[in-house]
Amino acid sequence: MSASTDTHKAGEGEEPTRRDFIHILAGSVAAVGAAGTLVPLVDQMNPDASVLALSTKEVDLSNLPVGQAIKVMWQGKPVFIRHRTEEEIREAENVQLSQLKDEKARNDNLPSNADAEDKNRVINPAYMVVVGVCTHLGCIPLGTAQGETRGEYGGWFCPCHGSVYDTSGRIRKGPAPENLLVPPYEFLTDTTIKIG
Amino acid sequence: MAHESTYKPGTALERWLDKRLPIVRLGYDSFIDFPTPKNLNYWWTFGGILAVCLVIQILTGVILAMHYTPHKDFAFDSVEHIMRDVNYGWLMRYVHSNGASMFFLAVYIHMFRGLYYGSYKEPREMIWILGVVIFLLMMATAFMGYVLPWGQMSYWGATVITNILGAIPVLGESIRTLLWGGPSVDNPTLNRFFSLHYLLPFAIAGVVVLHIWALHVPGNNNPAGVEVKTKKDTVPFHPYYTVKDSFAIVLFLVLFAVFVFFQPNALGHPDNYIEANPLSTPAHIVPEWYFLPFYAILRAITFNIGPISSKLGGVIAMFGSIGVLFVLPWLDTSKVRSMRYRPTAQLWFVLFVLDCLLLGYLGGKPAEGIYVALAQAATAFYFAFFLIILPLLGILEKPRAMPKSISESVLKPSKADGAAAQPAAAE
Repeated sequence: MSASTDTHKAGEGEEPTRRDFIHILAGSVAAVGAAGTLVPLVDQMNPDASVLALSTKEVDLSNLPVGQAIKVMWQGKPVFIRHRTEEEIREAENVQLSQLKDEKARNDNLPSNADAEDKNRVINPAYMVVVGVCTHLGCIPLGTAQGETRGEYGGWFCPCHGSVYDTSGRIRKGPAPENLLVPPYEFLTDTTIKIG
Repeated sequence: MAHESTYKPGTALERWLDKRLPIVRLGYDSFIDFPTPKNLNYWWTFGGILAVCLVIQILTGVILAMHYTPHKDFAFDSVEHIMRDVNYGWLMRYVHSNGASMFFLAVYIHMFRGLYYGSYKEPREMIWILGVVIFLLMMATAFMGYVLPWGQMSYWGATVITNILGAIPVLGESIRTLLWGGPSVDNPTLNRFFSLHYLLPFAIAGVVVLHIWALHVPGNNNPAGVEVKTKKDTVPFHPYYTVKDSFAIVLFLVLFAVFVFFQPNALGHPDNYIEANPLSTPAHIVPEWYFLPFYAILRAITFNIGPISSKLGGVIAMFGSIGVLFVLPWLDTSKVRSMRYRPTAQLWFVLFVLDCLLLGYLGGKPAEGIYVALAQAATAFYFAFFLIILPLLGILEKPRAMPKSISESVLKPSKADGAAAQPAAAE
């Protein structure tokens, strides 16, 4: 024990002394101080104010014909907005939960335990809004621009590792673990949405 | 062998300095009169070659940083500016980009040499472990360096690899956000990668000092794997190995120059000459060749293992493939250091090298069909080599007779020795 030289405790060095206490106290204060210093050193790497300020986006959908889709940038990521046909909506609604690889809605507008039925993936069934980032390793799936392959379930197809999404943006086949994320959004008018 | 210092300061100035800062003595004892086994073959020259690689990368890197702009709007153009406008800029950039490949080529040979000759075994465990740390730092540095030109492969490679980190439970997403500095790979990511890419080579240099320090405590291993017994087993590092290393370095630089001057883009990817576009993913995202074996292992785990998703499983397997190297000194149970005297281990070693090459090939192929099954088999063999074969071989294998000393192995090669020495025959 480092403080065993303390005179008034000589002979029974096992007993903690006032000096031991001061050592531990001083060491602890230094450790807390060091940990506190790390906070700004690490936190500076988190998204800064200018990045956070760009966190919402308004999109006008009035010019988007049925059957077509657009990509918009939101928070540095593409968001796919598809104006679905009646058939595509019916197809998405007729899927049983048991046929899905991921049974969660993955909809930021709903509680996290909502299931992946099509009605839990949309606000207005005509407009499918998803973050266009494959949940596997972050590639951009094909199927938004005209002429791109939509995969065998008519939704999106990720060329990197072969994940296939349906018309509701749900993972049906391939390595991706989750359905395409539905971002938080709201309808400002019938044809204008605000993402974020 | 921590040996007695033989340095004799010649001049008054050296004597004055030696009393105050014995740095000349340190250099003399480490690189001039350091007693080195006299039977080192050409596989032992890669340490020196790697030191040269590090110096080349730091030198050309510092120069490139004088002309490069780490901003997403200017990075791609500034690299083209280096290629077209800066005097000798094309040379600096091609040396730097091909230098990374040469660095990894040399480090892989260096690691396989250590594996074959048992250089990681007692008392050299710390040398090996520090080497694996250097390897990890090299991978981080190379990855971030590849992002800087801000081409399509830069951007999408960064996206895929940072998303891999996101699969780590609990902490993964926070780590990913810290690296990104936003909701996706973007300007803040590029900016901090540049900062870290500049920093890490100096961290590597620091660990290299520790690596050499740890090497100079027990001294070099050697192809025979028997320890130095007498001074007769050794020669001074200078001139014997300074000259041998220099010759190997010259040959290595010839290969280097072939790439720089005749095939500067052969090891790169054409997609990286398209500026980064967050809205369009290239059809095949392929990492640089030196990451391909690990990429193959990452993608080989396509199935869930209990509560572990396939995505996390791949991440665990990939990090595990390097993590297992840290405990290699304790997995190899054989008392015989050099595989020269381990006929069965030799065979498995050859299979292991072929397995790593196969993984490299598969990492560059699309993850579909037969390639997936092959990658799974190759990954299984990779881990089996370390976790099953090496531990068992030490118990089951009957090694050949070992020479009593280095001198004996050099002067009177036994029959068995001659037959076994194929990979070491370069001497």
